[in-house]
Amino acid sequence: MPRIMELKSVNSFYGNIQALYDVNLYIDQGEIITLIGANGAGKSTTLMTVCGVVQARDGDVLYRDEPITRMSPNKIVAQGICQVPEGRLIFPELTVQENLDMGAFLRKDKDGIKRDMEYCYDLFPILAQRRTQQGGTLSGGEQQMLAIGRALMSRPKLLLLDEPSMGLAPLVVKQIFEIIKKVNAENNTTIFLVEQNANLALKIGDRGYVMENGRIVLTGTCDKLLADEQVKKAYLGL
Amino acid sequence: MEYFLELLLGGLTRGSIYALIALGYTMVYGIIELINFAHGEIYMIGAFTGLIVAGLLTMLGFPGASILAIALVCAIVWAAAYGYTIEKIAYKPLRGAPRLSPLISAIGMSIFLQNYVMLSQTSDFLPFPELIPEFEFLKANNSIMSSSELVIVIVTILSCVGLSLFIKFTKLGKAMRATAQNRTMAMLVGINVDMVISATFIIGSSLAAVGGVLIASHVGQINYYIGFIAGIKAFTAAVLGGIGSIPGAMLGALVLGLTEAFATGYVSSDYEDVFAFCLLVLILIFRPAGIMGKEKTQKV
Ligand SMILES: Nc1ncnc2c1ncn2[C@@H]1O[C@H](COP(=O)(O)OP(=O)(O)O)[C@@H](O)[C@H]1O
Ligand SMILES: [Mg+2]
Repeated sequence: MPRIMELKSVNSFYGNIQALYDVNLYIDQGEIITLIGANGAGKSTTLMTVCGVVQARDGDVLYRDEPITRMSPNKIVAQGICQVPEGRLIFPELTVQENLDMGAFLRKDKDGIKRDMEYCYDLFPILAQRRTQQGGTLSGGEQQMLAIGRALMSRPKLLLLDEPSMGLAPLVVKQIFEIIKKVNAENNTTIFLVEQNANLALKIGDRGYVMENGRIVLTGTCDKLLADEQVKKAYLGL
Repeated sequence: MEYFLELLLGGLTRGSIYALIALGYTMVYGIIELINFAHGEIYMIGAFTGLIVAGLLTMLGFPGASILAIALVCAIVWAAAYGYTIEKIAYKPLRGAPRLSPLISAIGMSIFLQNYVMLSQTSDFLPFPELIPEFEFLKANNSIMSSSELVIVIVTILSCVGLSLFIKFTKLGKAMRATAQNRTMAMLVGINVDMVISATFIIGSSLAAVGGVLIASHVGQINYYIGFIAGIKAFTAAVLGGIGSIPGAMLGALVLGLTEAFATGYVSSDYEDVFAFCLLVLILIFRPAGIMGKEKTQKV
């Protein structure tokens, strides 16, 4: 499988505060990669660095072997990288339909957009019912679905998901993880999944990374990580 | 009754000018949460550009109506260039800095521009030519409304409708709404946020320039200081309507213009400003976010 994304000794900062230290990771085409770690470990910063919202001070972010480290976020999205950010960030005063439209902001193929819109409504029938409702009035689970739908509207090659399970009821979480698997299988979309819920994430991922204090401390196949004593103790509560 | 009508129309005219300026305050605030104190100066620069261009064209012997049109276009372009540049040099470098920093930068810009115009032009009042011709049908009507008042009100209505349609239906308009609602997410769907911010400054400055030229022609004189007073009033209107809200700015400007006109007409012209600010205080007591503003306690 060709490599779709690679981070090479990435260091990211907020002002003078360093959040990522020498982060190395890679993702192959079609994989589901998970990044787990405690609150404040630097998981969201990693995704924001990939998207160019936070710029790596040094190191390189490669997409299909080309550096995108200094690209502006809108150019990175145009390459086919899309993020469902932590907290969903729904546009509260746009309707469900308009939120989905915003996901297709860079696309010009009207017919394709329409087809993908129908695809989203098939994936999440509840959104079809709420089409004309303002995004801010949806429940947490519905907002998460809308956020994923909005990301899919850009037809991403690489989909970044930041804690999609956060604050949701177990049944809804299960539903959302089913969809993630489905999107990966049906569209061959590569998935980079960030989770605090390590148990869930390691069950659907192919390979995983463990992050502590801005550093990658452990990596391997998800099966191996699930069996790892350290991971069991620190993240699985076993 | 006729007196009432006269006050009403006068209030509408005032409100129109406030609206043209207030829109710039509210749009910029909506997108980057900055009170652009230099916005009143943009309006003043628009008026000065109009004056210079109109003077030049009159000397060259252009016919009346074309002078107004060309003066307006030049004022819009020049003011928009100022608005664009101010954002790039005074605000953009401070993005992400504590909120007080760009605010101070804005006040600095305002003072700089006032003094720049005072030094490069003059500190005296300059006569502004009447660019709007007298309409026949208004003369016949015993003129409760002058033709410049009529033009101001109509141009403002058209601008407001045009802006609303633009924001609602165009791609850039949608990008502006999205950026105002969540800048990070706007970036993540591929919106060029820098471009959206620049566009906001350009549109706001253009509207202010239109207001500047029209009111200067109506009043008949300008100086380097007109942006300060008009800016404060328009800012009051924007807060009154709910800063950040576009329909709010239009409504706030209307309410403020009418209040001032009636207070001046029925009470005393000495109380013009007192009434405006009493109104502001009252509304902020009962509706802290302004007439159309949303109560937003936290910023994610
Ligand atoms: N906008 C910010 N400004 C300053 N520091 C931040 C900001 N966002 C995150 N941080 C800091 O960076 C570190 C990593 O945060 P984050 O990437 O959000 O962690 P995680 O997503 O793993 O919970 C934390 O110490 C956090 O306090
Ligand atoms: Mg996080």
